[in-house]
Amino acid sequence: MVLHKRLRRSAVAITGLVSMLYAMSAQAAYELNMTESVTPIGKQLYGLHMLVFWICVGIGVLVFGAMAYSILYHRKSVGHEAEQFHESTKVEIAWTVVPLLILIGIAIPATATLIELEDAKTDAEITLQVTGIQWKWKYTYVDEGVSFVSNLAQSSRDVIKDPTGNENYLLEVDNPIVLPVNKKIRFLFHADDVIHAWWVPELAVKQDAIPGFINDSWAIIEEEGVYRGQCAELCGKDHGFMPIVVNAVSESEYEQWIAGMQAEAAAAASAATQEWSMQDLVARGETVYQANCSACHGPTGAGIPGAFPAITDSPIVLDADQAAHIDIVVNGKAGTAMAAFKNQLNDIDIAAALTFQRNGLGNSVGDTVQPSTIAAAR
Amino acid sequence: MSTEIAHETAHDEHHDHGPAKGLMRWVTTTNHKDIGTLYLWLSFIMLLYGGSMAMIIRLELFQPGLQWVEPHFFNQMTTMHGLVMVFGAIMPAFVGLANWLIPMMIGAPDMALPRMNNWSFWILPFAFGMLACTTFMEGGAPAFGWTFYAPLSTTFAPASTDFFIFAVHLMGISSVMGSINIIATILNMRAPGMTLMKMPLFVWTWLITAYLLIAVMPVLAGAVTMMLTDRHFGTSFFDAAGGGDPVMFQHIFWFFGHPEVYIMILPAFGVISAIIPTFARKPLFGYSSMVYASASIAILSFMVWAHHMFTTGMPVAGELYFMYATILISVPTGVKVFNWVTTMWKGSMTFETPMLFALGFIVMFTIGGFSGLMLGVAPVDTQYHDTYFVVAHFHYVLVTGALYSIIAAFYYWVPKWTGHMYDERLGKIHFWWSTIAVNVLFFPQHFVGLAGMPRRIPDYALQFAEFNQISSIGGFAFGLAQVFFLYIVIKTIRGGEKATDRVWEGATGLEFEQLPSPPPYHSFNEPPPVK
Ligand code: HEM
Ligand SMILES: [Cu+2]
Repeated sequence: MVLHKRLRRSAVAITGLVSMLYAMSAQAAYELNMTESVTPIGKQLYGLHMLVFWICVGIGVLVFGAMAYSILYHRKSVGHEAEQFHESTKVEIAWTVVPLLILIGIAIPATATLIELEDAKTDAEITLQVTGIQWKWKYTYVDEGVSFVSNLAQSSRDVIKDPTGNENYLLEVDNPIVLPVNKKIRFLFHADDVIHAWWVPELAVKQDAIPGFINDSWAIIEEEGVYRGQCAELCGKDHGFMPIVVNAVSESEYEQWIAGMQAEAAAAASAATQEWSMQDLVARGETVYQANCSACHGPTGAGIPGAFPAITDSPIVLDADQAAHIDIVVNGKAGTAMAAFKNQLNDIDIAAALTFQRNGLGNSVGDTVQPSTIAAAR
Repeated sequence: MSTEIAHETAHDEHHDHGPAKGLMRWVTTTNHKDIGTLYLWLSFIMLLYGGSMAMIIRLELFQPGLQWVEPHFFNQMTTMHGLVMVFGAIMPAFVGLANWLIPMMIGAPDMALPRMNNWSFWILPFAFGMLACTTFMEGGAPAFGWTFYAPLSTTFAPASTDFFIFAVHLMGISSVMGSINIIATILNMRAPGMTLMKMPLFVWTWLITAYLLIAVMPVLAGAVTMMLTDRHFGTSFFDAAGGGDPVMFQHIFWFFGHPEVYIMILPAFGVISAIIPTFARKPLFGYSSMVYASASIAILSFMVWAHHMFTTGMPVAGELYFMYATILISVPTGVKVFNWVTTMWKGSMTFETPMLFALGFIVMFTIGGFSGLMLGVAPVDTQYHDTYFVVAHFHYVLVTGALYSIIAAFYYWVPKWTGHMYDERLGKIHFWWSTIAVNVLFFPQHFVGLAGMPRRIPDYALQFAEFNQISSIGGFAFGLAQVFFLYIVIKTIRGGEKATDRVWEGATGLEFEQLPSPPPYHSFNEPPPVK
């Protein structure tokens, strides 16, 4: 009697809870399950994920069901007396062998998918080299000679205290990658400083970018669209702030974009040979500084005591001889987080950032650093 | 007849052998019960310390945007939280239980090496004191995660990392000494008739755990020593620029790290295998298969480490091997769960607090095992890896697994230890409060992880906001529940209904059948009869 009352009470409670959860998930925009992918491998991964999930649910129903039954009916309060059976080799063998067979059932499709997943080389049509750098990504289209750095967008940085309503907060970059659909793209991963991981859930690509190693992975994007991701390996202070944006477009749009990027690079190369004014350099330098330097040296140049040195009043910056200042920015400082920016920025951007550091952030050395000087220092 | 006489004389010689008085009792003690108590208190303090860092993490993650702490400080919090919980809360708690229980369970007067026992404990407060100090140093505490992957933890780490390295060395020394002691005690000090295959499972699982510890703590020591020489003495073990290999760090770390996760769960299996039969009033279904399953898990645990590294770019053959070996671990783990459920089957169950926590353990540990199986499937792990899905997985196995077993053990044995029953009503409140809170806390983390939220980030995109908020609310509630637990612990030590010697109707084992509650300062001066 008591038991039945209790049963009914808990049944009511459970139904209530389930319908509440259901109502919550029905009206909400958020995801409960794995992101569905737009690549053939990603679809296989999703299928495997669901297969193992349902196997777990099945086992769970059996095990938890048996537990629940036993908790309800084999309790002292309903007068159940304990039987004393124990030890049965047959049963032990059964519950060793049956799970083993289930595992083999999982391992077979998993093996096939894994082998396919790992084959990035065969028939690759485009090679995109991805370099992880604290805290940004550098992309190089190996055969097209296009290369740029991609940072968290200023629109996200501006609202970091209260991002309410900011679309794509933390998932927006200044320079997105553009890739064509229906081509096999091979990604090569590498890092300049610490280990990062490049992850775009919808492309089902997650691979570590490791200093001293080159890893690869691949994707064939089957639908046009914008796909967003993030760094997935703790890489220091701004690990949470190095997003990835992939624009998947038609092949012709892609070709156009590549041509535009190549023209831009040529224009920059010729501009670098010219003499730049202080005003232009400082203006450009501020943007370059905030995107590339401020993460460590601070938006006002104050640095972080004990971790990253200040730019304001730094002896290297204030030195009238520019050589040391140029050297540390161009070549970096081995054994520290200070990167060699010659690998990331062009001559104009480095010259601009240097000029800004010398004449902004509370410093006033009064000279300019010219792109041609940087070209010579490389 | 002759044993009785011997007993009498022994008693005469040993009367008036209680603990010394005052603070020095605790500093100089070589008594297994005192040292067990010290370990358990240290562990509780560390639980609250690590827990308060978790509260800071959940506070910052309560809503998108950076409101409370800077990213660098956030990383220090996740790092210190992990280190303190693993090395400070879970591991010492099990050593504390081992100290209290193993001599009583095998019929020994004390641990085999009592002075070393004192030393293994007293190293720890210094190790954790040193680790905690790093928070106040210039450049802050270690901020590279509890897994401290190089080169983030070498070239790019704050100066305080050297203190972290030294603290890890001390913890390692303490663990190895503790393990030698446990092995020596179990192998040499069992009462006549207590054959290996009669030992309670808690003793068995600890024996296996102790071997695991001795095998892997030196590996960890090696890893941090290589870090130290990379940082200061010009070596390049993990520095690619000098010909070293950052991935080798991960292999070494996880060769320690995976057995380490079983170090934190095998003794828990022992605890649950003691509690379920007691409250089901029915013997454990398959004692010997439980022993063999524990041993298989321990052996397999050495052969699966690289399942933490499926995205590092291992060769396919390596990934296939580590996938097969990893999912194979679910077999002996399943055997454990099936045995517990079959033990309950057709028993005569009652649901006192220890039983509630043990049942909670079985259900939620199994959920963690399911997500473990999913993670073990290498191709799909490339999508789960380093997301909140992994965070949910290891919190189900560690919080509702390891920690729940420790809490269950406390409620189960505290009447024996203190002679006082805890307050059953409060214990039940503690269970339900914790269990609801912990699921509100960790279950939604599966969802955000699958939807694409990486772990170890101080701020997140807006689509993750709802579940993070729910998770934070669960977090605060769970934190508060453990403060409530502190109140229950203190109340029980101070007083309470007198416990009987048997404590629980269905309890078996030497500590319940042969010793009063509370037991004398030296458990058995005479070997007890073993059935
Ligand atoms: C059926 C048994 C289990 C399997 C198959 C399993 C599998 C895995 C796998 C494959 C990972 C790596 C996921 C990734 O990073 O992508 C993982 C992570 C982890 N597991 Fe398990 N696991 C099991 C049980 C346990 C148990 C019993 C514990 C501890 C008591 C545990 C603790 C952990 C921890 C701490 C991590 C994450 C470490 C980190 O990256 O910080 N697991 N597990
Ligand atoms: Cu593992």
